[in-house]
Amino acid sequence: MSKELIRLEHISKSFDGELILDDLDLVIHENEFVTLLGPSGCGKTTTLRIIGGFEKPDSGRVFFDGMDITGLAANRRQLNTVFQKYALFTHMDVAENIAFGLKIKNKPRDYIEEKIHYALKLVNLEGYEHRMPGSLSGGQQQRVAIARAIVNEPKVLLLDEPLGALDLKLRQDMQYELIRLKNELGITFIYVTHDQEEALTMSDHIVVMNQGYIQQEGTPEDIYNEPENAFVADFIGDSNIIRATMVRDELVNILGTDFVCVDKGFGENKPVDVVIRPEDVELVPRGQGIIPGKVTHAIFKGVHYEMEVEASGYEWQVDSTRLFEAGSEVDIQVDPFNIQVMNRPESEDEEAMAIDV
Amino acid sequence: MFNNKKTSRLLSSPYIVWALIFIIVPLGMVVYYGFTDKSGAFTFENVAAITSLVHAKALGLALLLSVISTIVCFVLAYPLGMILAHNKMSNQGIVTTLFILPMWMNFLLRTLAWLTLLENKGVINGILEVLHLPGINVINTSGAIVIGMVYNFLPFMILPIYNSLSSIDDNVINAARDLGADARQTFFKVTLPLTVPGIVSGITMVFIPALTTFAISTILGGSKILLIGNIIEQEFTLTYDWNLGAGLSIVLMLFIVVNMVVSAMADNGEEQDKKRMPSGRSGGASE
Repeated sequence: MSKELIRLEHISKSFDGELILDDLDLVIHENEFVTLLGPSGCGKTTTLRIIGGFEKPDSGRVFFDGMDITGLAANRRQLNTVFQKYALFTHMDVAENIAFGLKIKNKPRDYIEEKIHYALKLVNLEGYEHRMPGSLSGGQQQRVAIARAIVNEPKVLLLDEPLGALDLKLRQDMQYELIRLKNELGITFIYVTHDQEEALTMSDHIVVMNQGYIQQEGTPEDIYNEPENAFVADFIGDSNIIRATMVRDELVNILGTDFVCVDKGFGENKPVDVVIRPEDVELVPRGQGIIPGKVTHAIFKGVHYEMEVEASGYEWQVDSTRLFEAGSEVDIQVDPFNIQVMNRPESEDEEAMAIDV
Repeated sequence: MFNNKKTSRLLSSPYIVWALIFIIVPLGMVVYYGFTDKSGAFTFENVAAITSLVHAKALGLALLLSVISTIVCFVLAYPLGMILAHNKMSNQGIVTTLFILPMWMNFLLRTLAWLTLLENKGVINGILEVLHLPGINVINTSGAIVIGMVYNFLPFMILPIYNSLSSIDDNVINAARDLGADARQTFFKVTLPLTVPGIVSGITMVFIPALTTFAISTILGGSKILLIGNIIEQEFTLTYDWNLGAGLSIVLMLFIVVNMVVSAMADNGEEQDKKRMPSGRSGGASE
């Protein structure tokens, strides 16, 4: 793994007596695309603002490249931010916006000109130098905001829900643009979003947050395939999250039926949560599977059919390319590898970290 | 809103009639009187009378005092507007009300109150005497008139400045800091330019009434200090030379028109800003 760049230690922050971040620790490495993912109010934006220097933590330290920057003002940090809703200077044209940081640093005029040209080319806005921000579309404004940040050659680019205000198609295009940019610039991106799809698409590393705590960290694959708790499982995509009992290692009782699984070390007869992704639930004709059920809904979604199956008193979400009409009698079966067993929170403290659905 | 042009014209007719009777007609009469003599013959004399020493001096003094008042108002209002816009707290309404509160009183009463404060045997000198400090002699000076102007017109400077300051997105300021600007650079390169429309309308709303006032200068300036407003008033109410009064009014109007043109240009800029904004913000709303 590459070199450590940013380290947050024991960060706490509250606003008006409400605890937003509680003893948060986070390490971010060089040249990573890190996404802070969580529902609104989970503390992800506050974390970003603490890294950017726009908020001071109540306690804890922020380290950048080994140096303590907790008390350093935003204008002295070697990072730049792309804000939600762009935050462009509406009284300046595109070129002046981009040149802002360089002029502050008294860079020579030739250098600035060259940088403006380079940045506009990078974000595909060549020829827009003298347009005013207000005459640009949302997507174009966001590109200017990105250009304005990257000309300063920051070591880290902070992005606060930068695509939140864009429509779906544009958002998808911009996701690819951001990945391309990150690869071309070779710098660290710290990206804040509540959109799990965005996080899965772009990130090298995802940090799932809820109520001021980090719920899980890992690669998109880890987070999606092996959620550590019901909150993560529920937040990252559709899931069947079912209360179950771990009978013994590699055997879990789900809704009264024993399923073979691959998880170990939970103890015997322990209450757990299991998560099974809709695409991992297999439907087979009656008599060939493990538990019997009845299809209640079936919707065509393009790539697959989305079905709901009533079985053992639970509405199973099932995605499959093979259609079973509503009303069909089917059996459900699940590959042992596709059953993800998670600890069920017991103490109140743990409960606070769990979902509030 | 009105898909029918006829309906909208019908609905606007009372305002058109109002404007005709109370704005266009009186203006026409001022112009008529201004360019005629007592016998009704056309003349430039009334307008040219501004060049006489007394009139020119009164105009010059009125310009000087209203410029000073406008500057003082700006210097007081801008920091206050920043404090108000920055503290997004619950008592912001109270603070704003405190500044509006004096406007609930009659304008003449407020000015007369300053007379009792500033008089040679007034409240302030009374307090100074009790403290064994030398008294001040402000009343019937230009200084007293400036105090009266600033006191009466300050809210008209605060409100537009406050409005334009509070409409700046916090993240725009954060962005400037993020890009390396210190507090001073952020203020001069971002905050101040973004509030120019507010400043210009504040200046207009203070400068015009200050330039034309005669009540403040009459009450606080005694009869010693004559502003162009006093001269015009006297032509109408004392000497009954309506032609001269109207002629001088036309000259004064020229100065106001110049001010209006400047502020209209700034407003135009603001309008363009407003037109620009929706494309950015509606994007947010569509989510």
